[in-house]
Amino acid sequence: MNIAMNEQVGEQKKRIHPHKFTLWVGLASVIMMFAGLTSAYIVKRSAQSWITIEFPKTFWYSTVVMLASSLTMQMALRDFKQRDMAKYRRLLTYTALLGVLFIVLQFVGFSNLWKSGTTFEGSGEGQFLYIIAGLHILHVLGGVVALLIMFLKAFSAKKKNYDAIPVEVMSTYWHFVDILWLYLFVFFLAVA
Amino acid sequence: MSNEAILHGSEVSTHEAHHDGHGEHHHHETFISKYVFSMDHKMIAKQFLITGIIWAILGGLMSVLFRLQLGFPDATFPWLENILGHWAKGGKIQPEFYYALVTMHGTVLVFFVLTAGLSGTFANFLIPLQIGARDMASPFMNMLSYWFFFLSSVVMVSSLFIQTGPASGGWTSYPPLSALGDASLGSKTGMDLWLISMALFVVSSLLGGLNYISTILNMRTKGMSMTRLPLTIWALFFTAVLGVLSFPVLLSGFILLLFDRHAGTSFYLSDIFLASTQKALPNEGGSAILYQHLFWFLGHPEVYIILLPAMGMVSEVMSTNARKPIFGYMAMVGSIFAITILAFLVWAHHMFVTGLNPFLGSFFVLLTLLIAVPSAIKVFNWLTTLWRGNIRFTPAMLFAIGFVSLFISGGLTGIWLGNSSLDIHLHDTYFVIAHFHIVMGVASFFGMFCGVYHWFPKMYGRYLNNTMGYIHFWITIVGAYLIFWPMHYEGLAGMPRRYLDYSGWASFNQFGGLNHFISIVSMIVFAVQLLFVFNFFYSIFKGRRVKSENPWGSNTLEWTTPIHPGHGNWVGEIPEVHRWAYDYGKDGREFISQTEPISANESEHH
Repeated sequence: MNIAMNEQVGEQKKRIHPHKFTLWVGLASVIMMFAGLTSAYIVKRSAQSWITIEFPKTFWYSTVVMLASSLTMQMALRDFKQRDMAKYRRLLTYTALLGVLFIVLQFVGFSNLWKSGTTFEGSGEGQFLYIIAGLHILHVLGGVVALLIMFLKAFSAKKKNYDAIPVEVMSTYWHFVDILWLYLFVFFLAVA
Repeated sequence: MSNEAILHGSEVSTHEAHHDGHGEHHHHETFISKYVFSMDHKMIAKQFLITGIIWAILGGLMSVLFRLQLGFPDATFPWLENILGHWAKGGKIQPEFYYALVTMHGTVLVFFVLTAGLSGTFANFLIPLQIGARDMASPFMNMLSYWFFFLSSVVMVSSLFIQTGPASGGWTSYPPLSALGDASLGSKTGMDLWLISMALFVVSSLLGGLNYISTILNMRTKGMSMTRLPLTIWALFFTAVLGVLSFPVLLSGFILLLFDRHAGTSFYLSDIFLASTQKALPNEGGSAILYQHLFWFLGHPEVYIILLPAMGMVSEVMSTNARKPIFGYMAMVGSIFAITILAFLVWAHHMFVTGLNPFLGSFFVLLTLLIAVPSAIKVFNWLTTLWRGNIRFTPAMLFAIGFVSLFISGGLTGIWLGNSSLDIHLHDTYFVIAHFHIVMGVASFFGMFCGVYHWFPKMYGRYLNNTMGYIHFWITIVGAYLIFWPMHYEGLAGMPRRYLDYSGWASFNQFGGLNHFISIVSMIVFAVQLLFVFNFFYSIFKGRRVKSENPWGSNTLEWTTPIHPGHGNWVGEIPEVHRWAYDYGKDGREFISQTEPISANESEHH
């Protein structure tokens, strides 16, 4: 009985974990949302009253911050798998802080853009940037909240948990928002 | 059980031992955890179903109200003023309220009834039961999916009670009308509530859809290969794929619309002079057509989100009650797949008269007409499944056959409308109303009724009353044709949709009697739906009890569970699957359950 059970479990282990799979499908859905917005951008770009902007410099810094946070997330996952919990917690904290820093830098970029005269009036590159980058910020914010929850769980004294699945799900999501930002960044630079 | 093993990770060993002994979960359940914030997929399914029924009554009632106006444009109904107040001043439905009624009727039935009520109910109920899983991949997300739907419902209902009334720009909410609060009463707060409600609805639908997909792909029991899945599951799978990929695009469209409404952007607005305020607006450079692209990129797949679950359930119920294997199983799967792909490539056929480049239009004509191919394959297979079957005319079976009838009648007019040249004449006429109500509205309702009558015994351990079921079926199918068939003629004569009163138009005066007739039939049909609702709630408590686990003599896994399955569905281990779901009338046996191994002198269906 038990052997049969283990075989079944073994058979399932070869497949992708349902939670990871759910995440991938969810990411496809997020991609569709941004695909919708960036295609709207491409369509609108050919309109006559299209106004371009000077891309805020801060976004270069925030991109570097985002990339760094991906690195710390990956290191956190590695340390978790090696059961080095102290290092794992420290790197998780760095990732969350870098995430917050990214959001702050994005807002600095927004406010510089706003001060230079690009407000919500109109429907040019600037307005699309506010909305698309704004929605991206919401996704990063969601990631930061998830990181906080994992951080609290890692400090919980009651339960020792060495299940790597939630950490892997977290890191996949974090890399996703990173790559999503890189795509948007390049998109805005290239398709102006 | 391997599903739980993998979900609970390191806790496997202790949990397994527990399950070997008991099988089902024995939580300490309170009223709240069992009936309200339930994580049992079966309870969530019932929550979706009952919320959907309430919405259907409301949405149907709205259509009766505006049919009153359309059928009796000269009459006054003083009692209307008692109920509706200033919306029906002097017993006549006011123009603003008429638009609100048609808008809400469309929104409620398309999204709240035929999307959430239909696939929310049956995806939740049937997926774990028919693939052999104890619950969804994430029961918690599943619960959230229902409560987001509930929240969205609350917001939508509340919009009916505000001073300026609910959204009234049509269920598509095209800008600039929907973007400018000063443009009409319904474009004020009602429109904001509509957008908020729909955003919550999108979240609910995504949470549900993610779960359905990963449950079907990852949590099937041993032996349940994809090609052994019942067609219901295939249909629900592709429905979820459509939803997950198209709803986010709608959300993008709504976000831009919200910014146009409140932040002063002009994504959809350009060169507008508002008559109500006598002011020219500063907005420049926007395009209202952009919204239509974003909307119909969801809007068209949405049609199949509504229709596919009905198709899947009809296939299953029809095969079971014809006591014959479904004809062309792989062709059925292939045609659902083809419909799913094509659903994403035809959205612009809703936009033939927007000034779309005719050259581009011809591609959309071609792709649209291509949908006729998988649709015809499906119809052929249903008819050949019925052919020389030992048909049991249960109410569920009647609704399944009725579905095929409606799908043919409504589908054929789709070929007319798919031609861009014909669409110039037929666009925005009653022909369109007739087409989509028959093929998408009534047909999907028939699929839903077919599912409710067939799986009610599994849901509540009792049967629905058959006599009421037969009355419900016959009056509904005859009534549906009597209501919508004449509308084709009105549409061909050019009668436009969304008008309050046609009596002032010489060309449409001739249809006064016909409109009168349609309105009376629609009231009778609505009354018969209330009979169904009575049957539903009466039978939950007083219906005839189900005595055997498998009352329909069906092959699928849900009929191997106890009559009243607990959370976890099966006592003991989940059964293993050895064959496809449609071995009916094989080797002289009426049915062979999926759990029965292939015997030595038997060959498996391929």
